[in-house]
Amino acid sequence: MDVILFLTFALIAVVCAINVVVQTHPISSAISLVGVMGSLAVLYLLLGAEFIAAAQVIVYAGAIMVLFVFVIMLLNAGTESKRGRSLVAQLLGAPLLVALLGLVAYFVERLYPRSVSVHFGGFTHGTPLDIGRALFTTYLLPFEATSVLILIAIVGAIVLARKEMD
Amino acid sequence: MTEVPISWFLTLSAVLFVLGVAGFVFRRSVITVFMSIELMLNAVNLSFVTFSYQLKQVNGHLFAFFVMVVAAAEAAVGLAIILTVFKNRETLNIDDVDSMKN
Repeated sequence: MDVILFLTFALIAVVCAINVVVQTHPISSAISLVGVMGSLAVLYLLLGAEFIAAAQVIVYAGAIMVLFVFVIMLLNAGTESKRGRSLVAQLLGAPLLVALLGLVAYFVERLYPRSVSVHFGGFTHGTPLDIGRALFTTYLLPFEATSVLILIAIVGAIVLARKEMD
Repeated sequence: MTEVPISWFLTLSAVLFVLGVAGFVFRRSVITVFMSIELMLNAVNLSFVTFSYQLKQVNGHLFAFFVMVVAAAEAAVGLAIILTVFKNRETLNIDDVDSMKN
């Protein structure tokens, strides 16, 4: 059951990720990216990361992608113009990419033997309770720094995007 | 076999990251390049959560959470920069934004 779940959503994630790269219209890429993020949220649940899965759906698939789609609509971004690439890149690009991925998969497989495996319910300390406890004790200083970072980002975004008032 | 090897998760993470790099390098629309960065951040998050499972610790989840926060801040500022560039140059093609080249 876990294997079927993993394979299904891993396949959806990879197909959507390929679609993000090959689509020429930004809206198609954005919708595909939402697909990647949604299927990753399911995989987080499989790994016992309840809070991260919820945050993934709310923050990434919800807030950030809405911001992207909003900007694409606002700028009326059209289809990307085609550019000529060199013949070597056209012929060797995809096979070399696949070879690199095969190499990475081989080494990961070598480094992590089959004995280490994931089953649903094997890790139950990803609840909001555990996250909150760690966040407000061990990681209190990074948490506070993050709040300052977000404040700076808000102010910076407003300063960058507003109209110049001469 | 009912259990998923942990290496499958890490391989999926690597695949997504490489696709993000490919999009970052090959695409010409500045918005799609930006989305490729988000794809890479997502791939890294999957690695963090997987290692958190393997080590039976919650720390990886915290790092994934901080990555999400930084990604949100980065998206807000980055899209504001894209808006400003478009307002000044009327283009979204990264090859046309080359005023620092000469």
